[in-house]
Amino acid sequence: MPNFEHPEYPEATLLHLESMVPCRESQVSSLLSIFGERQHFSFPSIFIYGHTSSGKTYVMQTLLETLELPHVFVNCVECFTSRLLLEEILTQLQSLSSENKHGSHVPCDTFNDFVRLFKQEIITQDLQNQTVYIVLDKAEQLREMEANMLPGFLRLQEMTDRNVTVIFLSEIVWELFRPNTGCLEPFTLYFPDYSIGNLQKILSHYHPPEYSADFYAAYINILLGVFYTVCRDLKELRHLAALNFTKYCEPVVRGEANERDTRRLWKNIESHLKKAMQTVYLREISSSQWERIQQDDGESGHLKGLSAHAHVELPYYSKFLLIAAYLASYNPARTDKRFFLKHHGKIKKTNFLKKHEKTSNHLLGPKPFPLDRLLAILYSIVDNKVAPTANIFSQITSLVTLQLLTLVGHDDQLDGPKYKCTVSLDFIRAIARTVNFDIIKYLYDFL
Amino acid sequence: MVVAQVGCGIFIAHWEGGLRKNKLENPWPDYFSEGKNDSEDSSLRFATCQLLWKQINSETEKIQEELNKQLFDNLISFLRQSHSEFQTKKTEWMCRMKSSEIPTAALVLGVNVTDHDVTFKSLSEVLQDNVTPYVVSLQAKECPGIKHLLQKLMGQLMDCCVDVDSSEEEECVNISQKKIRCSMASLSKWYESVTKKTGSETPSKKRTSSSRHWQSPPIVVIFKDMESFTTKVLQDFIVISSQHIHEFPLVLIFGIATSPMIIHRLLPHSVSSLLCIELFQSLSCKEHLATVIDKLLLTTQFPFKLSEKVLQVLINIFLYHDFSVQNFIKGFQLSIVEHFYSQPLSVLCCQLLEAKKRVNSLSHNQCENIRSLPSFRRYVENQVSEKQIALLTEDSFLKEVTQTLLEDLHIYHENYFTVLRCLHVFTTSLPKYPLGKQIRELYCACLGKRVWETEEYGSAVQLLRMLAKDELVAILQKCAEIFISSGKQFSNTVEKLEEFLARFQNLEGEHVTYLGFHSILSVEELSFSYIPCCSFRSYLAPAEMQTLNEVVYFNTANTLREHLNAAPRIALHTALNNPYCYLKNQTLKSDVGCISNTAPDICIVYKLHLECGRLINLVDWLEAFSTVVTAVEGTDPDSVATDQVDEIIHARFIRAVSELELLGFIKPSKQKTDHVARLTWGGC
Repeated sequence: MPNFEHPEYPEATLLHLESMVPCRESQVSSLLSIFGERQHFSFPSIFIYGHTSSGKTYVMQTLLETLELPHVFVNCVECFTSRLLLEEILTQLQSLSSENKHGSHVPCDTFNDFVRLFKQEIITQDLQNQTVYIVLDKAEQLREMEANMLPGFLRLQEMTDRNVTVIFLSEIVWELFRPNTGCLEPFTLYFPDYSIGNLQKILSHYHPPEYSADFYAAYINILLGVFYTVCRDLKELRHLAALNFTKYCEPVVRGEANERDTRRLWKNIESHLKKAMQTVYLREISSSQWERIQQDDGESGHLKGLSAHAHVELPYYSKFLLIAAYLASYNPARTDKRFFLKHHGKIKKTNFLKKHEKTSNHLLGPKPFPLDRLLAILYSIVDNKVAPTANIFSQITSLVTLQLLTLVGHDDQLDGPKYKCTVSLDFIRAIARTVNFDIIKYLYDFL
Repeated sequence: MVVAQVGCGIFIAHWEGGLRKNKLENPWPDYFSEGKNDSEDSSLRFATCQLLWKQINSETEKIQEELNKQLFDNLISFLRQSHSEFQTKKTEWMCRMKSSEIPTAALVLGVNVTDHDVTFKSLSEVLQDNVTPYVVSLQAKECPGIKHLLQKLMGQLMDCCVDVDSSEEEECVNISQKKIRCSMASLSKWYESVTKKTGSETPSKKRTSSSRHWQSPPIVVIFKDMESFTTKVLQDFIVISSQHIHEFPLVLIFGIATSPMIIHRLLPHSVSSLLCIELFQSLSCKEHLATVIDKLLLTTQFPFKLSEKVLQVLINIFLYHDFSVQNFIKGFQLSIVEHFYSQPLSVLCCQLLEAKKRVNSLSHNQCENIRSLPSFRRYVENQVSEKQIALLTEDSFLKEVTQTLLEDLHIYHENYFTVLRCLHVFTTSLPKYPLGKQIRELYCACLGKRVWETEEYGSAVQLLRMLAKDELVAILQKCAEIFISSGKQFSNTVEKLEEFLARFQNLEGEHVTYLGFHSILSVEELSFSYIPCCSFRSYLAPAEMQTLNEVVYFNTANTLREHLNAAPRIALHTALNNPYCYLKNQTLKSDVGCISNTAPDICIVYKLHLECGRLINLVDWLEAFSTVVTAVEGTDPDSVATDQVDEIIHARFIRAVSELELLGFIKPSKQKTDHVARLTWGGC
């Protein structure tokens, strides 16, 4: 007895559909009832949202393809301008029924043209009696296009006077979309995250042909035990499962354990999976490197992750420029006198500062500072005399291109540009150590 | 001097443009000979200079190639691997389950951004020769948006398809004429059509193309400056291309200047999980510099040498400012040009045999030049009086002597570098490196003064005495190797060394009491460290002491510093504060404190503004200006001292002030009306 009931489609198709979309039965059945029969007018627009990899795209694609409904599937990230998007929809529409896979190119600049061409195309394709579905994946990109795009798609049915339904797929809620004008509220449908049980079921569904489903399910169980707390992304989990499966099978292949000896298998894999969580999951090392490590029997000591190479070697004055920039970013300007003047006298921290300066500057983040202040601090922290040569100035610019400093405000500011220092305390301490500069002594927060 | 600067400027400009060929050969010798007698061999000097640079340049290129080889080989094997996965059809369960990541090489190149261009250029050449014709390099400034990025990408791809085969040219033109839509879909369509075409080519063609490139060549996209790309562009590009990774093999190369952490900073996990990132690290720029110095300076292959100060300037710029090996080489080039331009006797700065020949054809003028060299004068003073007279009067005798002196100089250099390397072996094994860790530091120390008289040398010798025996033996063996490889002239030393070594080994075999062993060892050590001291002294005498060193050593460090480490602010300040310095007009000569009325208006305005605070009142300023100017014109101040300022003076003042604004010294202020804000402080 199929879960889905629909007079329009044969039972076999529905059963097949059900097997294709595990754990998404309720969403599919509500979609089916919204769609109605082929010739029925449906909602003008449907908004489907849910977290990353909650099956939105997959379910829509499977549904439309299995039921052989006329549809167009467009990814809005890929079609980054409105023109590309509209043309893509028309091209796909052309190739719907006709055999030639590559529809000819239709120039379409505005939404007005699109509506006109769309109507024509429906007639030439002979689709008047069916609902045509336009699926816009990653619909959040639409917000960055022209203002008329989103309202236009919402009201496409009304404007074209054709049987068409636009389906938006997005990771964010509808409230963040709602345009100011011309909005027609879509039907919103939420795809909830897969629960751990769902994940278990879906992941075990695709077990490798060489091994039994139970064996693989036990593996997935261990995998989820390690990774579920940090990652619920189905795609990522599936990838990790595939990467580490050979390691799991190792005792079985070597004949040290049989497939039912779960405890021994768990002992073998658990530390390995934990290591994977710290390395390959974070993309500290690549998947192929991880596989190679597995083949070479686990000696990953020599392979350092990306973050291990945090050290940056800089020219001598660049180091001091960066230190000066850091000091300028995190010390209040009024304290410069205290740090860099020889006879500054004693200033008590509490009386001296305004209230808002008493909170830690490191919690507030870097503040912008003018070029003059940077140079003044530089001259006072470098022991020998520094001439203001062209090289010093170009070094500041190269620090900006290296993203160690950022330019605040416009690029074309000739008079008094302002910068911010973007490096972390650890980084600057490492730099300062190489030039024997005790930066902590100069930071107001650590007085 | 001015002429020299202009000459060099042009020189450099053309060479940088890669026009090393004869195209502009004619104008250059003119610069060399300008204002000078041709008896000083200017054209010959020019030719020598050019030849020398050509050799040095090819040597540097060779060095670069060798240094990059390892890195490029690794990269290519990475490409091959990622590519092989693409070729094997993904039927296996494992492959189906794994998400298909885009293979990505994170190429950490160091902060010396100026050197990266050369590396990327040779990288794309290597890739194009060995791997794939489809290499695209993108720069952040060309790609402010995803649209521009794709446009650039497709533009470069279509071009390289023209490069591959001329028969495809028409097709490509057609495509580009149709104004290709910049989307990944059209890119994959293009890739399909291109690979299909190469597959169906005539067999002969196929062989040639497949021998060079792989069967379905990957598209390599190089992001030259990863740091400067905006997050959005990168993310969009990666997301889009990950959707099409099944249709064509794409490989990304991220050029990273700082650290690979930047990838995590730029890309969120959802995007970086689409990538299969592998790290590649290039040689550090310091090692690169060490190799360059080793191959260009510490060798007798090239007759040209740098003096201590010049070398120090170049190294300082490298270490303190830019870490750029390219700039170091450019500085070296500048010194060559400068040397051949300014030193008439540089005509003798060539290989020894050739130099000897050239000595014979020296003009009388040149002989006089030799006589006026300080080092030569010193030499003459140490001769007996008859020889002195002969040297100073007879050209032919002078030439003879010069030939032998040149030969001496050559031998001096040959010994010098060998001994220097030996000394370096000793000093690098000492704790705390009193004479420097790098050979360049040691070289600088030895070039400048008698190294054995310095304090550091003393402490080095003391440390040397405290070395353990096996360490010492290892060092001595290394030294022996260096001596042996350097040729015959050290055969004596080698013998002695081996004798010592043998005795050391014997000591090991004998069962001496600990104390006895120790005393023998220390005596040995002492005697040893005494012997090399003697030899070091004779061989490592500073170059300045050598007769005729001016011929091959370039030592005007100041010129070099002016050119390479310019101080625009100081120059501007000098020009405005002391216009005589540049204009050389006698009337402008003035005392330091006072403001001369003959100076250009802008100088007067500038000097007056130096006395003001942060905000400058324009009216006061104008008054002061008018006072200074009218005092010049000599009219009696009482008659003009009304509140009305002459219109012309007013106009001159306005113009000068706006010139100052243009130069960035002041800017209009909104805080107070009729005030401008000062933007600079201090003397410069």
